[in-house]
Amino acid sequence: MKSIADLKKLRDQAKSMVEMRDANKEYRVVVGMATCGIAAGAKPVLNALVEEAANAKVTNANITQTGCIGMCTLEPIVEIYNREGKKTTYVKVTPETAVEILHSHVMEGKVLEEYTIANYKK
Amino acid sequence: MERLQVLICAGTGCTSSNSLVIGERLEEMLAKYELTKEVKIIRTGCFGLCQKGPIMAVYPDKVFYGHVDVDSVEEIVKEHFIKGRRVERLLVTDIDYATQEKIFDIDKINFYKKQERIVLRNCGVINPEDINEYIARDGYQGLAKALSEMTPREVIDEILKSGLRGRGGGGFPTGKKWEFAYNQTSDEKYVICNADEGDPGAFMDRSVLEGDPHAVLEAMAIAGYAIGGNHGYIYVRAEYPIAVRRIELAIAQAKELGLLGDNILGTDFCFDIEIRLGAGAFVCGEETALIASIEGKRGMPSPRPPFPAVRGVWGKPTIINNVETLANIAQIIYKGADWFSSIGTERSKGTKVFALGGKVVNTGLVEVPMGTTLREIIYEIGGGCPNGKQFKAVQTGGPSGGCLTEKDLDVEIDFDTLVARGSMMGSGGMIVMDEDNCMVDVARFYMDFIVDESCGKCSPCRIGTKRLLEMLTDICEGRGTPELLAEMEALCYKVKDASLCGLGQTATNPILSTLKQFPEEYKAHVEDKSCPAGVCKKLMKFEIDPDLCKKCSLCAKNCPVDAISGVVGKEPFKIDQDKCIKCGTCVNNCRFGAIIRK
Repeated sequence: MKSIADLKKLRDQAKSMVEMRDANKEYRVVVGMATCGIAAGAKPVLNALVEEAANAKVTNANITQTGCIGMCTLEPIVEIYNREGKKTTYVKVTPETAVEILHSHVMEGKVLEEYTIANYKK
Repeated sequence: MERLQVLICAGTGCTSSNSLVIGERLEEMLAKYELTKEVKIIRTGCFGLCQKGPIMAVYPDKVFYGHVDVDSVEEIVKEHFIKGRRVERLLVTDIDYATQEKIFDIDKINFYKKQERIVLRNCGVINPEDINEYIARDGYQGLAKALSEMTPREVIDEILKSGLRGRGGGGFPTGKKWEFAYNQTSDEKYVICNADEGDPGAFMDRSVLEGDPHAVLEAMAIAGYAIGGNHGYIYVRAEYPIAVRRIELAIAQAKELGLLGDNILGTDFCFDIEIRLGAGAFVCGEETALIASIEGKRGMPSPRPPFPAVRGVWGKPTIINNVETLANIAQIIYKGADWFSSIGTERSKGTKVFALGGKVVNTGLVEVPMGTTLREIIYEIGGGCPNGKQFKAVQTGGPSGGCLTEKDLDVEIDFDTLVARGSMMGSGGMIVMDEDNCMVDVARFYMDFIVDESCGKCSPCRIGTKRLLEMLTDICEGRGTPELLAEMEALCYKVKDASLCGLGQTATNPILSTLKQFPEEYKAHVEDKSCPAGVCKKLMKFEIDPDLCKKCSLCAKNCPVDAISGVVGKEPFKIDQDKCIKCGTCVNNCRFGAIIRK
């Protein structure tokens, strides 16, 4: 490195390596990954979320997984918690809608009502 | 795409309980379940909670596993990494004292909640073998700021203003030390990092070097810029192989990126660091002895003045700072002296790392703001004495320090309050003792250490400490008299007054402080020839009460030296006092409480 600007550039590039270890983020995005979730296609949903978060440089959310949420017929389920612990539940999520949800809810702060459990139509 | 990061402690503590094998096993399992791309393993330095080792933390889930064993790795992968179910039996959890609710989050458990991590901020968080992770957490920004925005004088003023005092034991203001060296005119000046950590029980310097080596390198470069030196030495014990390897690696990586070496970050400033290995002599932590050792001479202290800041290594002005002190420097420069001085007490700023050990539930490394009370450290963070035993004393400052008791627990600790109470901060060893510890035996332990470590240059220390050890041994073995106690105390002051260096001057503190705090225990040893804590074996006697003895022979069967005889069902059993080695096995085996320890 030849200058202080180089060091700052390297820092900004390297940030993504350690960001996951920052404990206190605005949102926590949780994918149900029990047997029911996996069978319904939760794995591609989780992968889509993780990839999109990296591509779109989402830094205000942790994406993680959990066990069975209890509504196995509505899997794959994605829950988004804010800092206060308020939860929004999205159901029957596909990799495509997962990306939409990430953009709207996490990046713009707007709940995507049409995919939430409240608006789910049988 | 990476979705989980698994941090495995690769510090000395967890390594010795197999964490490296656990890491290998995890790699195998990730390959087996095709998760290599999704889960990244990061080997970090010490997490601090050594008691729970080997430790594994999973992010972003903030799940903390303790006592992980090789056989559990597959379960963690299958349950947690694939199905998102935490492996409950390995979770490190805690109970919230106020609400009685269970706590799972790493940063919320009681051990970490009260801590404030400056020195240890990267330990257990980053991979110390990858400079990029250090840089990602604002590493080398302090050096960049010093080189681009500050004059050497301004750097020194900032350190002075921060109120930082040396963490190696003395508590001397770091900025002052730098200023002395800065004011010297010389063609060459040196910066030494004192990593000759020698106090029994203290291991914070090792953990910083293992977990965050670049913090020390960056600070040394800043120090070099401030005093006008271009060369640094890290004097570290060869007994710290992991630390040595990580420093070597860190120096190589920093050089490759142009953060050490010539024209750092495109400026005129050049700075190089060499490692010097010590053979593990306690006295080499004393700065003049350390300098002698670096120069290839026998590690013995010499009288001061001249101080190293005037005439140090190779006769040139030299500053010597301890590892923990240095670990504060880059952050003080980067975040400013005002930030640092807002933490701590009036005369002791910042935090202090303590190595909490002995009779306490959570042993490990603890970093708290100056001014935290002993009670908070021992009970809230440390979880108190295990097995419901009664707290008796806490030893701070290692072989140079003293003991504090129940009445001192609410003192807000800093450099000055500890001295006022007859102990000292030292390098931060904190050994908790309970009712089962004999204070005379503790004093003897430290004196034994000192006799081993005295370099022998001056007679008060060489001969005086040896005589003191003999006296303590006499007391522990039933040959003590009240006169001997008086004689011992007088000799303590002579050794203190007449020794050349800090080792001898403080060597008698453990005796003086236990004499002062626990006179009744010494009295019991010399007058009643008994050890109230039941530690000094020569003063102990085991006897079987014939009325309580059920003649079952269990004691005799378990006696390792066949000292117990009797006839099953007919004659009560008896202990042959000449054969008895006072191991206590019979007491533990008797189901009827018939064996009494006197």
